[in-house]
Amino acid sequence: MRTRALPFLKGKKLKNLRYFGPQSSHRRRPKSAKKLWFFYSKRSFLFYCLLLAPSIALAQPDPNPALVTQGKYLAQAGDCTACHTSLGGQSFAGGLAISSPIGTIYSSNITPDKTTGIGTWSYDDFARLMRSGKTKQGYIVYPAMPYPSYSRITDPDMHALYAYFMLGVQPVEQSDRRPSIPWPLSMRWPLHFWRWFFAPGAQPFTAPAGQDAQISRGAYLVEGLGHCGACHTPRDLTLQEESLTGDHASYLSGGGLIDGWVPVDLRSDDTTGLGRWNTQDIVYFLKTGSNDKAAAFGAMGPVVHNSTQYLTDSDLAAIAAYLKSLPGSSSDTFTYDNTETTALDSGDESKQGAAVYLASCDVCHSANGEGYREAFPALAGNPVVVADNPSSVINIILDGARRPVTQTSPSALVMPTLAWKLNDQQIADVATFIRTSWGNHAAGVTPDEVAHLRKTYKPVPNRELSP
Amino acid sequence: MNINQKHVDAVIVGSGWTGMIMAKELTEAGLKVLVLERGPARDTYPDGAYPKTMDELAFIQRSRLFQDMSKTTVTIRHGVDDVAVPYRQIGAFKPGTGLGGAGLHWSGQHWRIFPEELQLRSHYEQKYGKSFIPPDMTIADWGVTYDELEPHYTFAEQVFGTAGQAYRVNNQIVGNGDGNVFEANRSAPFPLPAMKNTYSAMIYWKACAENGLHPFSQPSANASTPYTNPYGCQMGPCTFCGFCSGYACFNYSKASPNVNILPALRLSQNFELRTECNVLKINLDNMGKRATGVTYVDKDGNTHFQPADLVIAGTFAYNNAHLLLVSGIGEPYDPKSGKGVVGKNLAYQTMATIQAFFEPGKFTNPFIGAGGNSVTIDDYNGDNFDHGPAGFVGGGPVWCNQAGTKPISGIPVPDGTPKWGSGWKKAVSDSYVNTVSFDIEGSSMAYRQCYLSLDPTYTDSYGQPLLRFTFDWQDNDIKMSRWITNKMIPVAKSMNPKSIKVLVKNFGDHFDTRPYQTTHLAGGTMMGTDPKQSVVNRYLQNWDVSNLFVVGSGVFPQGLGYNPTGTVAALTYWSAKAIRNQYLKNPGPLVSE
Repeated sequence: MRTRALPFLKGKKLKNLRYFGPQSSHRRRPKSAKKLWFFYSKRSFLFYCLLLAPSIALAQPDPNPALVTQGKYLAQAGDCTACHTSLGGQSFAGGLAISSPIGTIYSSNITPDKTTGIGTWSYDDFARLMRSGKTKQGYIVYPAMPYPSYSRITDPDMHALYAYFMLGVQPVEQSDRRPSIPWPLSMRWPLHFWRWFFAPGAQPFTAPAGQDAQISRGAYLVEGLGHCGACHTPRDLTLQEESLTGDHASYLSGGGLIDGWVPVDLRSDDTTGLGRWNTQDIVYFLKTGSNDKAAAFGAMGPVVHNSTQYLTDSDLAAIAAYLKSLPGSSSDTFTYDNTETTALDSGDESKQGAAVYLASCDVCHSANGEGYREAFPALAGNPVVVADNPSSVINIILDGARRPVTQTSPSALVMPTLAWKLNDQQIADVATFIRTSWGNHAAGVTPDEVAHLRKTYKPVPNRELSP
Repeated sequence: MNINQKHVDAVIVGSGWTGMIMAKELTEAGLKVLVLERGPARDTYPDGAYPKTMDELAFIQRSRLFQDMSKTTVTIRHGVDDVAVPYRQIGAFKPGTGLGGAGLHWSGQHWRIFPEELQLRSHYEQKYGKSFIPPDMTIADWGVTYDELEPHYTFAEQVFGTAGQAYRVNNQIVGNGDGNVFEANRSAPFPLPAMKNTYSAMIYWKACAENGLHPFSQPSANASTPYTNPYGCQMGPCTFCGFCSGYACFNYSKASPNVNILPALRLSQNFELRTECNVLKINLDNMGKRATGVTYVDKDGNTHFQPADLVIAGTFAYNNAHLLLVSGIGEPYDPKSGKGVVGKNLAYQTMATIQAFFEPGKFTNPFIGAGGNSVTIDDYNGDNFDHGPAGFVGGGPVWCNQAGTKPISGIPVPDGTPKWGSGWKKAVSDSYVNTVSFDIEGSSMAYRQCYLSLDPTYTDSYGQPLLRFTFDWQDNDIKMSRWITNKMIPVAKSMNPKSIKVLVKNFGDHFDTRPYQTTHLAGGTMMGTDPKQSVVNRYLQNWDVSNLFVVGSGVFPQGLGYNPTGTVAALTYWSAKAIRNQYLKNPGPLVSE
């Protein structure tokens, strides 16, 4: 089963990161919740809607094919499929399990099926959901749906998205699965309060006066449809993103753990962010899943595979220009140091972790820590490697990683899993080695940290995602 | 259970280099293409994952990537009056199975043929006289010229990410002239710079040069730098780990259909791959003039009929001959009358080796290596020397190809070493890092008495007759091998070793299936210009069934000194071009009889 965890607090590890209830648990609602559930369930609203059926205006999307095509592009930019298509499932029919601290929720069917999807939704229903999280049936969706970001979508783009989902998507009859969240957390009405507090109203995008047009376009894509902050901005205790726009220092400054991966800082910090990437590096990364500095892994792989590879070069350039406009907050700079390179080249394995590095990492990432261009990413100066939270590095060593397939970069190069080969001490040693070599200056890793993540060990899949 | 499958435009039998090249070309042409592979799906990960791929016992001795001999094999006999028996253990050659075929476990030696070898018979007759060719030698011209193949050699090198130093590009000598002086003119340099040379190869280079020979770094489909090919497929740089031939490369460094073509092919909506589907025969219409599709058995034992407009036979070397014989396509070859074509001209290669042993302290470190990496001389290959006084047809490259010496396959020891015990151990210990070894990879000509046919006795697990090899060493080839070996002994001596050891065949030796020699088999479905003398025309189209194309080294009329893959790939692109530009516009014979 493909799952996605909600982003958590930066640097904080929560237990039950991936909650898998018994398959049937979503069917067994606690008795006491039953009544409340009925009032707020989709089914009850469908019932009310049926009573009022004659007065409901049928959905009337604009049948202009160009608009549908534009809507498809925007749906890709918004990566709607990431959550609304389950592995092996039909496009946009929902059913993807999304684990959260309170239980597993399932994405909804957003195909234009009239009984189980959004086929009876008017444009206003659609736009309201996208901007305020309120469904046609009146309940508030869980904030896994990034409606605070989507509220920035312009009216013309919203019309295009609506046209696409009504006319460009195949209707699929598939009922939504109810979340397997135990009462009382299963009640949805508190979500109204969450929304009142943290997403009080739609925030349509308006470019700051005098802003460069390209940067504005980038801001619109990143802060809006791209909802990059959903992962890359830290969240508060109450799960809302600390900020939604680039004028806050916390925006895109690196998010909390998602499925054991740490979303990196996308601001211009030299060591932990994109400070040493130029705009072309960013464009190439989003187009192909790698560049000569880094390769996509973890949850970013599907983002490139499903979304960013389809963006036009001008939109990618706009995103890059916008990201490069976000100042970093640290004055740390990366300077390459060849101490370890010289030692490894001369067979000196005295530094802790060096022997493990030579035996298991050196063949691809090289003694100089610089990897090999687009094939194998550099470890020296790589923001992922030196992130405060070492989970990504530990997880990649344990689980391996597979590059996403894109139209322009079809090779799904794999780093093999090493969990079977290296024990917790060896992984801690080698993770510490790469975090403290070639000019990297990050904290060491303990065997306990490795042991903790090993419990969720999940080897890289044998075959790539279908193109 | 019998299942009728949905029609496809083209069905391709086999997923090795030829099948994958054809699949890429035909999907690009808009055809709906199905590839049927008898073995399992395979990829760099997990099948070649570091470090588990570096396991000699699993991959070589236990045949991880080779044909499952319990399901099907071949029978072998030396002469037409002998009784053939099954080849029960992988030894002399290594047929592949599984996704990528032998293209996943090859070594990566990527050569272009010499132009005159494509007109071998007419070239020898013209230069040395008709009587120079022994009467039982059935060598032939290929029906295609080097100039016709040249663009396809160039493109294949770009797809494979081949590393090398060109000598002559567009008739201009390039670099410092340190490419292969015998190489034919090229339209483009290699896509990647030549690989670095091992220490052994440097010693060999120096010794060759001192003896007036012309050493060069051989073309290698082991990437010398990271590379992205014209299909967008990526390779990593070779690490000289020494696990190439017989293994799946862990580092995306050795070209394979899996690394260099399949990722791009998977993006095509027109492409479908079915693994563990073993094709039993090509189906024909009532007249026997048109293929209607193929019949295959899946892993659960169900029999399927797969209809298709176009059939491509892309199985391993000799298996195309088997497929045609069991399908009743073409006249089987009869060595007594010399009539018939299918199975004719089975050829191989004729290997010899010279090992130079040095005092401890030389440190040639044979654990470092790469399958496609060598320093080679072509002074005795092709027709690069005067064959008149030598008195034989053929030749071969001589290379120091340090490909990674491994313990189970054997560590070279000097003559006179005990076979076991402390004396043997000491010799292994003294020799392992102190030996320079080089090989004479000689050609193998075609003979009237060397051919393929269906075995009258033995059948495979599907109940079909096994393919029968009738093959033995012939005096001409042994003469060639011994002549070159004698020329090379002074080269070994000029390295000033402690001793040398020469491994070369004697006249009268018989083909031994046990020690590994090469997997470079040729013939059986030979190409040519005369339908009475060949199975396929110059576009690799079957003479009898025009919607059947047969690709692979089986179309070679005789064996080369070089490894075959470069020429196999170029011929496949050449055939694909003819299908795309001529056949699809007007299906039917591309060459009139």
